[in-house]
Amino acid sequence: MNYKTENIKTINVSQPLKLDCGQTIKNFPLAYETYGKLNESKDNAILIFHALTGDQFVSGINPVTKKEGWWVTAVGPGKAIDTNKYFVICANVIGGCMGSWGPKEIDEKTNQPYGLNFPVITIRDMVKAQDALLNHLGIKKLLCATGGSMGGMQSLEFCTIFPNKTFSAIPIACSTSHSAQNIALNELARQAIMADPVWDKGKYLIKNVQPKNGLAVARMVGHISYLSEKGMQEKFGRKLQEKADYEFSFDADFQVESYLRHQGSAFVERFDANSILYITRAMDYFDLSKHFKGGLLEAFKNQKTKFLVISFSSDWLYTTKENKDIVIALNASGADVSFSEIKTDKGHDSFLLNEPEFLKTLKGFIDSMHIKFKNEKRI
Amino acid sequence: MKKEFKVIADLLPKNVRVLDVGCGDGSLMNHLIKEKNIEARGLELKKENVTKCIYKGLPVIEGNAETELHQFPNQSFDFVILSQTLQAFYNPEKVLKDLLRIGKSVIISIPNFGYWKVRTSLLFFGKMPVTKTLPNSWYNTPNLHMCTIKDLFHFCTEKNIEIKRAIGINEDKTSEIKKNNLEIKNFFSKLGIFLIG
Repeated sequence: MNYKTENIKTINVSQPLKLDCGQTIKNFPLAYETYGKLNESKDNAILIFHALTGDQFVSGINPVTKKEGWWVTAVGPGKAIDTNKYFVICANVIGGCMGSWGPKEIDEKTNQPYGLNFPVITIRDMVKAQDALLNHLGIKKLLCATGGSMGGMQSLEFCTIFPNKTFSAIPIACSTSHSAQNIALNELARQAIMADPVWDKGKYLIKNVQPKNGLAVARMVGHISYLSEKGMQEKFGRKLQEKADYEFSFDADFQVESYLRHQGSAFVERFDANSILYITRAMDYFDLSKHFKGGLLEAFKNQKTKFLVISFSSDWLYTTKENKDIVIALNASGADVSFSEIKTDKGHDSFLLNEPEFLKTLKGFIDSMHIKFKNEKRI
Repeated sequence: MKKEFKVIADLLPKNVRVLDVGCGDGSLMNHLIKEKNIEARGLELKKENVTKCIYKGLPVIEGNAETELHQFPNQSFDFVILSQTLQAFYNPEKVLKDLLRIGKSVIISIPNFGYWKVRTSLLFFGKMPVTKTLPNSWYNTPNLHMCTIKDLFHFCTEKNIEIKRAIGINEDKTSEIKKNNLEIKNFFSKLGIFLIG
C-alpha cells in the first residue's frame, strides 16, 4: 500500500465541486497518467475511465506495482487504442487510493487519514472531478470516452453531464443502474471488510495496518463474479492444487481455492480497504436516470455523442440484456448508437483480456470515429 | 451498387431518418448517408457484418429483427427498409406489423416466387427452384415463407396497408406494378419492391 508519490502525476483541483451528498470540496488532488501525444488539432484525445480496482496506469508498466497496466491488452503502441496515434488520458477516481483524493488521504482537520470521515461519493462526483483534468490538459472535446464496468458507467455519466465534450463514447460491459444482484455482491464485499476486527470502523490506517483478511475475501467475491461458470469450470474444474489427493483439511486443496486466495492476498498489497467501501457504494448508488425526472429518455435527450455499447455473452454481472437496455434507451431518444455482443466464455473479465473480436471492434470504431471527428472539426 | 439498392435509394427523399433492417455490410446505409444526407441506422444479425459496419463508422445494432424490433419506438423513423428478408422470418406478418409501427413508411423487397423461371423450374423439372435470387437448395434455404409479388400485393390490400409504389425488377430493367398489370409483372419480375404504409 505504500508507494513513492514521485511516480504519480497529480493536479490540484482548486475549483469547488459540490458532491451529490451535499458537501462541497475544493483544493483536492487528482492523480492521472497520459500516454501518446496530443496532436495539434487536438482531435485525438481519449479519456479512459477505470473500473472498481483499477487506477490511472492503463498501459505500460505500473510504476507503483511494477506490473503491467490494467488495460495493456487494448491500449499501447500498435494496440486497438493505439498510443502512437491517440492521446490517452486516465485519472484515478476520487475515493480511490492511487494518489487521488480518497479515504486514505490526510484530513487537514484532524491531521489523520479520513477513514469514514471521507464523504460518500458517487459516480457522478468521480466524473465531475475529472473535468478539471481535461481543462488542465487543454482539451475542449474528446475523440472518445470509454471504459469497462464502472468505467463504462462513468463514460455514460460523462455524456449526460457534458453532452458536448466527447465526439464518441464506448460504454463496455456496464449498465445504467446497479441491479439488486450487483448491490448484493458489493454488500458481501463490504461486510467482509467491516467484519475484520482490524478494520476498526475504518480507523486502521492510524495504526498503519490493513484489514487484510477482510479485504482479501472482498476481492475473492469480486473474482468469482468476474468469471463465468463455464470459464471457471474449464480453467479449474475439480483439479487439485499440487497434490495427488484430498488432504482432509481446510487448506487450499482445489486449484480454484488456491487461485482465489492468491488473488485476495495479492490485492491487499495494492489496495486500500476503505476505498473498496467507498467505490462499491458509488457503484450501488449509480442510477443514470436519477437526475433526470423523465428517466433515461430524458438523460439521453439531444445526445450528439456517437455510442458503441459492447457486452460479453457470458458476463452475468452486467448482462447483455442490461447493456441492451442502454441501447434501447439511446435508440428511444434518437441517439446514434451501435451495439455488439462479443461471444466468449470469459465472463465480465473479458474486457481486460485478449479477446480478438472485442479488440477488433474497439479499433474499428475508434479509427472510424477519428476520421469523422476530423471531418467535423474541418467544417 | 446493385440495382435493387439504386431503386430503394431513388424512393427516398433527402435528409430523412432511415432504419435498415438486415443492413448487411452497410453498403446501402453508406450510400444513403453520403448521397442523400440520410440519418441511417442499421440492425444486423451476422457478427461479421456488424463489425464491417463499425469499421465503416456506420451505426449498427447487433440483433435479430424477428425478436428485437420492440426496441425501436413508434414512428421513430421516416422509412424502414427490409431488403429480401421478409421470407426468412418465422412470422413475417408480425415483423411487417412492427416495421409499420416503427416507420412512417416501409420499403420491402422480395425475391419473387412468381417469376417465370421459378415457375417453370417447378413445372418442368419438378424441383425446387435454384436461381440467382434464390441461390439455396430446399434443405439449406433460410427462406421459410416464400411469396410472390401478387401475394404481397393482395396481402397489403387485405390488411388495408396502402401501397404507395410497387416496382418490379428484372436484371437492369424496372417497371411500375399496378393492379391492372399485376399478372404480367408477377410473371416477369425477379424482384419486387414495395413502398407501403
